[in-house]
Amino acid sequence: MTTVRDLLILLISSSLVSNVVLSQFLGLCPFLGVSRKTNTAAGMGVAVIFVITLASAVAGIIYQYVLTPLGIEYLQTIVFILVIAALVQFVEMFLRKFVPALYQALGVYLPLITTNCAVLGVALTNVQKEYGILTGIVNGFATAVGFTIAIIILAGIREKIAYNDIPKPFQGMPIVLLTAGLMAIAFCGFSGLL
Amino acid sequence: MNRAGERLYNGLVKENPTFVMMLGMCPTLAVTTSAMNGLGMGLTTTAVLAMSNLFISALRKIIPERVRIPAFIVIIASFVTIVQLLLQAYLNDLNKALGVYIPLIVVNCIILGRAESFAYSNPPIASLFDGIGMGLGFTVALTCIGIVRELLGAGEIFGVHVMPDSFTPIGIFVLAPGAFFVLAGLTALQNYVKIIGARKGKDMSRIGSGCSQDCMNCDVKGCGKRKGKSLDEGKKPPKPEKAAGEDKKEEQEPGMEIPDLRIIDLTKDKK
Repeated sequence: MTTVRDLLILLISSSLVSNVVLSQFLGLCPFLGVSRKTNTAAGMGVAVIFVITLASAVAGIIYQYVLTPLGIEYLQTIVFILVIAALVQFVEMFLRKFVPALYQALGVYLPLITTNCAVLGVALTNVQKEYGILTGIVNGFATAVGFTIAIIILAGIREKIAYNDIPKPFQGMPIVLLTAGLMAIAFCGFSGLL
Repeated sequence: MNRAGERLYNGLVKENPTFVMMLGMCPTLAVTTSAMNGLGMGLTTTAVLAMSNLFISALRKIIPERVRIPAFIVIIASFVTIVQLLLQAYLNDLNKALGVYIPLIVVNCIILGRAESFAYSNPPIASLFDGIGMGLGFTVALTCIGIVRELLGAGEIFGVHVMPDSFTPIGIFVLAPGAFFVLAGLTALQNYVKIIGARKGKDMSRIGSGCSQDCMNCDVKGCGKRKGKSLDEGKKPPKPEKAAGEDKKEEQEPGMEIPDLRIIDLTKDKK
């Protein structure tokens, strides 16, 4: 059985030490695309936390109670991607109908998450590392928190960079990638935490 | 056969997915720690791309327009699973080195992009060669980036020591930050080529900036109609009566070009 201590260690290692964007390169597209303003970045981050946590729970349950008993674990990739796509749609419909306030806040970001590779990545990592359902959910949550931390920091830096005089070929993506690289160096420092 | 050659040239040079269109950046960064990994990932992607293009093209008259994206995803995911099982059986070292990035080929923009923009509207043989060409273009790009990173980071190429002994490897290039730096250099170079070309009055619009946008919003050629709700345009969220697995991409008009990132910057900042 996993203890609370194990879960706390997992929480720190998934969110900071092996940060999903800066050391695993998952979810890079929204990380670079939706990080122009801090408030949109925060909105995206919260939506990602919501969806990844839910998706890792659903994927874990399906893997353990449907795929494993039937002996068709090899179908995981196909099943997970369809489940995630369907899940995002259902969450969107559900929120629109029953929690309009939350929908107002997250609605725009939800459709953007369907093809976010971090969602599928977390579901597959949970299976590969043989996490149980609870551990999987914690891992998903921690990964998404790591994404949110990274995207908000990047957005903050980008708001400042906007006023700088950058050489022309480096304007736009290159400078953002350099920033992300420096952030990745900084996040390497967390490896001493555990 | 001429057409097949043209498709290969198109994928390798004219519309090279990495260097020209900047698609599929996640695997590009993640697996290019060495030339071998880059080559392996490239060839794996090529196999999936060629087969999925062939099948989607063969089934293009059967797949209904409305559910084509889920259908594509199922076809692509099936081939990814087949390839993954083959790798596990015959090349397990490579499978371990690439890890979770093999199943993640499913969400690679290049594959869905080619299915949407080429295979769904062209005959099977041309689509097959389009897939092979695009895949080889991707392979060449990944191998090049892998060589650069391995050379600077470890002083080796394909595991063979080539640099003189006085060379101290810059370890950071095989670590995560190095990937960002190499890609930054690459995009800067691409921007430079674009600026020079524009000054000479050449048409540079086919050079995309790919996944610098969100994948679903990525509007350059490869991703064509794969356009979701763009934050930049501030549109209202999609209608709820759509079926669950169905994507919203088809509401978007195809071929709407976002020519330059800076234009989007401006429109966003006005809000």
